[in-house]
Amino acid sequence: MKHDIQLMVNGDSYSLAIDPSRTLNQVLREDLNLTGTKLGCGSGDCGACTVIVDGRSVSSCLTLAVEVDGKEILTVEGLAPSGEKLHPIQEAFIEKGAIQCGFCTPGMELSAYHLLSQNPTPSEQEIREGLSGNLCRCTGYNKIVEAISVSADRMNRKPSKRKSR
Amino acid sequence: MNNYSVIGKDIPRVDGREKATGAAIYTDDIKLPGMLHGKLLRSPVPHARIRSIDVSKARRLPGVKCVITGEDTPKIKYGNWRLFPATQDEYPLAVDKVRFIGDEIAAVAAVDPDTAAEALELIVVDYEELPPVFDVLASVRKNASIIHETSPSNISVDRKIAYGDIKKGFAESDYVREDIFTVHPVSPAYLEPCSSLAQCDQDGRITLWTSTQTPYIVQCLLASTMGMRENDIRVIKPNVGGGFGGKMELRPWEFCAAFMAKLTGKPVKFTLTREEELTTGRRRHPMRLKSKVGFKKDGTLMAKDLHIYLDGGAYNAMGPTATFLCGNFGAMLYRYPNYRFIGQHVYTNKPPASAMRGFGAPQSLFAAESQMNMAAEELGIDPIDLRIKNAMVTGDTIPDVATISSCGFIESLEAVREMSNWKRNRKKNKKGYGIGIGCYSFISGGVFNWFNTQYPFSAAEVKVFSDGTAHLLTMASDIGQGANTVLKQILAEELGLKMEDIRLTAADTAMTPQADLGTWGSRVTLMAGNAIKDAARQIKDVLFGAVSSHFDLNVIFDLECKAGRIQATGKPERGMAFGEAVAMVQKTNRGIPVTAKGYYTPRGKGLVTPAFSFGAQVAEVDVDQETGVVQVKKMYTAHDCGTVINPMAVEGQLEGSIHMGLGYALSEELVMKDGKTLSNTFLDYKLPTAMDMPPGESVSIETYEPEGPMGAKEAGEGLASPTAPAIAEAVYNATGYRCKDLPITPEKILKK
Repeated sequence: MKHDIQLMVNGDSYSLAIDPSRTLNQVLREDLNLTGTKLGCGSGDCGACTVIVDGRSVSSCLTLAVEVDGKEILTVEGLAPSGEKLHPIQEAFIEKGAIQCGFCTPGMELSAYHLLSQNPTPSEQEIREGLSGNLCRCTGYNKIVEAISVSADRMNRKPSKRKSR
Repeated sequence: MNNYSVIGKDIPRVDGREKATGAAIYTDDIKLPGMLHGKLLRSPVPHARIRSIDVSKARRLPGVKCVITGEDTPKIKYGNWRLFPATQDEYPLAVDKVRFIGDEIAAVAAVDPDTAAEALELIVVDYEELPPVFDVLASVRKNASIIHETSPSNISVDRKIAYGDIKKGFAESDYVREDIFTVHPVSPAYLEPCSSLAQCDQDGRITLWTSTQTPYIVQCLLASTMGMRENDIRVIKPNVGGGFGGKMELRPWEFCAAFMAKLTGKPVKFTLTREEELTTGRRRHPMRLKSKVGFKKDGTLMAKDLHIYLDGGAYNAMGPTATFLCGNFGAMLYRYPNYRFIGQHVYTNKPPASAMRGFGAPQSLFAAESQMNMAAEELGIDPIDLRIKNAMVTGDTIPDVATISSCGFIESLEAVREMSNWKRNRKKNKKGYGIGIGCYSFISGGVFNWFNTQYPFSAAEVKVFSDGTAHLLTMASDIGQGANTVLKQILAEELGLKMEDIRLTAADTAMTPQADLGTWGSRVTLMAGNAIKDAARQIKDVLFGAVSSHFDLNVIFDLECKAGRIQATGKPERGMAFGEAVAMVQKTNRGIPVTAKGYYTPRGKGLVTPAFSFGAQVAEVDVDQETGVVQVKKMYTAHDCGTVINPMAVEGQLEGSIHMGLGYALSEELVMKDGKTLSNTFLDYKLPTAMDMPPGESVSIETYEPEGPMGAKEAGEGLASPTAPAIAEAVYNATGYRCKDLPITPEKILKK
């Protein structure tokens, strides 16, 4: 039996009829072709599938799509919707060498986005805590922590619209 | 000395933007019309003869389009060591026997993954179980159950290195010690699970998109196992989410995707689960290392006798290379006048071990460096002084290997001594505090052609255009380490162009020049970099000639590619824009485009590697006296990687290595019971998190490697080795617990 659900993903609205066993990760990747959201473990341990649902960060691999009926979802594709100007978190990830293989990157960026929305001026320790649910095998995390710290600074100074670098 | 414009700069990754926005395409992101989804049936028993397999029910399940077992395939064995066909011991799907829990038996392709999974449960396999062997010592016993009928004993590879006279060396030693070390299996744990998608065209040719480090190796071995011609197979490497050695062979799902695409006429995709990756995937070899060393009273190394059993699991995989290399790593850092190594690669009924960052070095150097620390203590010599006394230097020759053409080892040791305030901190008497050292040396790619490639080791094609741009084509594989960025930097520097002037096409066996052996053994920067330099030199010869003729330059004038111009060196007025020079040559040749192909194969460098890197690392730890929990407070690293092409990328490799070394020392372990891997999730298999990662200080010791492009050599793989012995020594310094069997756990510390 399929269920009818409504999702608002990155500002776009979708009406879907889905099997109740399908996860949000499957619906995003397979039905909506939003493949920026990754699947690293399928058991909520690695954070590569992290998305934001109504302002909360969730593992999309452990979330059934029917559970998020009517909710607002932000994926990595929604961080810089215009496609031209990147989000400060994305800019800092590129500039600071926080990306290597890139498979953890979308989840990392969304965990960072969630952290900064809750705490715009995190300490290094708070950033590390905020990322502790996201695994990265390439970078050793330090450049990711640095990128988030730099983007927090820039986001806090935003109105003056400083040039990056 | 060199006034580079792109080399040595923190150039951000060329694929940064697509990765940051989620636009980067990995294999599992690709969908083709009519695509089927594949799943593999794996053996639930460690060792058995297959009496029969009944797939009739699975075939009848609605939605199932194809079911195959080994009997449906050409039954051709494969393995990366093509030069020695006897080492090729694996079938894509089991034939007659299974040899580990997880051995692939059958494959299903269906309209969706759930249907494929359901079909697996309908396959009935009748096993005649055989006695399994799980332990190397049991496996080498005379009466042990034989795992491969083609191999008379379970020792599949034997390797011996011997030089000098170890008997005499030990007789002349004042101090001799012998220790046995054991190291455990760990997972490469790349974040992207393996995935492959195959399509078959009307002529029966295959295109395979796959998450691999070695497209060329996959192309060749897929052709041979399918009974096809190499040129009828095209392998494309999309973005790869890490490999660390675990993605450098042909794997069963690559074969099954291609074979089933051919049978069904539809594209077929396989993507592994994390549970499959952890419980059946390639891993770093567990080893048992017996090492005897002899010194003079003053610390001079006299002799070493090293015996290693590598626990290879059920198949050779990349084990033969690891067997060869751990013997080389056993005597690469220091001058051993007398050395003997015996390495034995042993089959057991466990998931196969293979290459993983370090290729035998993390294990071999854990033993060697721990023993160096133990000897230093008993000889009453500071561990850094003892190392400096015996350290390799530029110009030293490793017998039967090569002469070391650049070496910054002593400088590295001095640098970490300074950075870590070693002298003061070794004496620090704070409860639970400890400081320790570990070192490494590593290869910049291998020379020994075990794959038996018929092509140069690396190749590059460069096309240049009258609009001032260039197109670089190479089969070299970026798997996240940043090869595409570094290779573009090398070409940009050579041609005086900007990074954005260069288009790159990489790792597509039908489009990029033959061939490249892939990403492993830290070979890409040096080998592909040299091939690019070779191509660039030919382009420059042509453009320089044209400009020289146009300006009627004296033949003694030097020319340069600089800031988008071709000009007499230092005389921009006697030159023209890069694109103009290209247009002129093209016109002269009546339209023929300006292109060049460059190649690199190491020559006159022995059989191990064209260049060696070196480094030293110091760890500071705090050990909780109550719980035995080790907290690494800080890591100090000094490493010699020749010319640094991209400091930010090298730092990223260094920090990633520390992460992996930290896990190897303290938290990661594939826990095994009766041949079954129990650590089946990232909850049980503990990668260090952002909370565990210590701060670090590091310095690159710049040497110039004459064999490398712009003087560059290996960076970032060798660094996977020193962390575990450095932490082990720091823990000993803090607690008196000497770890000889990794990992270091609180239980072991408290029970000391």
